[in-house]
Amino acid sequence: MATVTYDNATRIYPGSTRPSVDQLNLEIADGEFLVLVGPSGCGKSTSLRMLAGLEDVNSGRILIGDRDVTDVQPKDRDIAMVFQNYALYPHMSVADNMGFALKIAGKSKSEIRERVEEAAKILDLTQYLDRKPKALSGGQRQRVAMGRAIVRQPQVFLMDEPLSNLDAKLRVQTRTQIASLQRRLGVTTVYVTHDQTEALTMGDRIAVLKDGLLQQVGTPREMYDTPQNVFVAGFIGSPAMNIGEFNIQDGHAQLGRAIIPLSRETLAAVTDADNGKIQVGFRPESLDLSSEGSGGAFPVEVNLVEELGSDAFVYGQLAAGTEGAAHISSGAGESQIIVRVDPRQVPEKGSHVWVSIRAGEQHNFSASTGERLPN
Amino acid sequence: MSYPAIESTTLVETADGGGDERRRGRLRRSKIAERSESAASRLSSPWASAVAILVAILWTIPSVGLLVTSFRPELDIRRSGWWTGLTGPFTVQNYETAWSGSGGLGPFFVNSFVITLPAVLIPITIALLAAYAFAWIDFKGRNFLFVAMFALQVVPLQVALVPLLKAYVDMGINGTFWSVWISHAMFGLPLAIFLLHNFMKDIPPALVEAARVDGAGHVKIFFQVLLPLLVPAIAAFGIFQFLWVWNDLLVGLTFTDTGSRPITVAIAELAGSRGGQWHLLTAGAFISMIVPLVVFFSLQRYFVRGLLAGSVKG
Repeated sequence: MATVTYDNATRIYPGSTRPSVDQLNLEIADGEFLVLVGPSGCGKSTSLRMLAGLEDVNSGRILIGDRDVTDVQPKDRDIAMVFQNYALYPHMSVADNMGFALKIAGKSKSEIRERVEEAAKILDLTQYLDRKPKALSGGQRQRVAMGRAIVRQPQVFLMDEPLSNLDAKLRVQTRTQIASLQRRLGVTTVYVTHDQTEALTMGDRIAVLKDGLLQQVGTPREMYDTPQNVFVAGFIGSPAMNIGEFNIQDGHAQLGRAIIPLSRETLAAVTDADNGKIQVGFRPESLDLSSEGSGGAFPVEVNLVEELGSDAFVYGQLAAGTEGAAHISSGAGESQIIVRVDPRQVPEKGSHVWVSIRAGEQHNFSASTGERLPN
Repeated sequence: MSYPAIESTTLVETADGGGDERRRGRLRRSKIAERSESAASRLSSPWASAVAILVAILWTIPSVGLLVTSFRPELDIRRSGWWTGLTGPFTVQNYETAWSGSGGLGPFFVNSFVITLPAVLIPITIALLAAYAFAWIDFKGRNFLFVAMFALQVVPLQVALVPLLKAYVDMGINGTFWSVWISHAMFGLPLAIFLLHNFMKDIPPALVEAARVDGAGHVKIFFQVLLPLLVPAIAAFGIFQFLWVWNDLLVGLTFTDTGSRPITVAIAELAGSRGGQWHLLTAGAFISMIVPLVVFFSLQRYFVRGLLAGSVKG
């Protein structure tokens, strides 16, 4: 068991001027499950591969425990990695796959057998030990890849989108299995995914990256409640947060017929560079249906209703007659607003609903920098 | 593309109102069967088969003729064509004379083995190491070196004969087996490296990375992870090189002395120095043919698999 520290770690790919990972600073506690999440090309896999030793670190350091491993070969780092495509050795049986690292480490045959069988029991693979990977299903292969990591009893587990090749149902199932397995083993784990649901459900903490820059690190609750900038706000949460650029008028954020009150602290934090504008975000689940004329309420024209049984989501836009509809967007696309409504009382398509933001669940961001402003 | 078609047929069936489960199931099954039939017929058109069989027969007739001739008595061979002797009489006299008569092929047959085996093993060994380096070790000038190496493939080996001969004489190994081994190895290397490199490149990089994380160095990655996966490629190139070296006349003729001649040179002399005795030539040709045939038929599935590997996913 060990901590992991990224100390200004930077990776610039040859032939590129822009760093893929730019001065990453991250401390991962002993036994912690940290999820690196971000859109594709954000440098999350590169960060993981730097920790694995599969990518060079151009500047900065990486530490495992107190040991500087920046220039250490992967084999000497005492880590185990689960790859996206599992990377099982096709010519070896499941048992040989799992025992390969031990065999290279020169462990005795009986010890290898014992540890492989133990891991196989944990992962429910005992009856498949003599099979070749090609005779296994996707889920079983995934478990073998996990088993290969467990058998090592390494300092750190590295997982690079290990669930992305599974079908949706199996993915949810395996997700919880991996999370509980990690809790049980207590091994420090760095997990890469592009799926924010996976990140929220599995991680002790989440680190969001964009364009090689760390945006925010925190517990799932912190990421959801207090996103530090517009990007994190839009990335975490499903369906995505509605974010609009509003004009500041008389201490209120105003866009078309939507007039949302702003606190004094928020207004004080607005700078000249913001040019009298502010970005306001509100989650679909932070909106309450209200009536016309009540404070802070604004009309939404219903385009589509998505019913999921437990929830229903209204996809609409800021009602017509307002010039500002194009300035608001959500996960559903430009000039769209998503509202969660009671699945038993869904509004008609084409109708107008009045919604208001629940107190304290509004997120304000600077129009110029995108940084979070106090509520 | 054909899948929606099935769906729509089923739908129509249901809309007719007569679509009970059994009929629908049968309909779907028959559609699938139809599709597999059409695929099968496209792959095995009778005309294509007929042409293939015709070509096969045309190409085999000379060999059959040679085989029949080699078993006929000398006098018959001179008197009539092989097709008149299909019913006999047969004799193995030609083979006996060709194998162990004066200047018989026996020792040269052994020479051919002595030449061929190292001439196959040496380039494979070197090419495997080179291909690994080209595929998995990132060093400066790798791409340039690789292209330069493969560009050598376009140099006709005849160009190299005189300089090589001079070098061998200087080294004092001219006329020994060494000169033939080295020559064949050199001429075979560009293609060997190219083939094995391409094959290695097709192995997912994650596999090598997994091995690195698992604690394997280059040597262990090479022997325990890559080598088992490369068997088809090695077999394919091995067969290729074996047939090439075994059938080679030019290199064998240029670089060997009488004592180290391969069987091809000996057969050429059989025809040249005793021009009239071509009854022995037929038997000699078959003696030299038998080894490539055995090699090819016993290893052909590797050969085909090796040539296809990489072009097909999975």
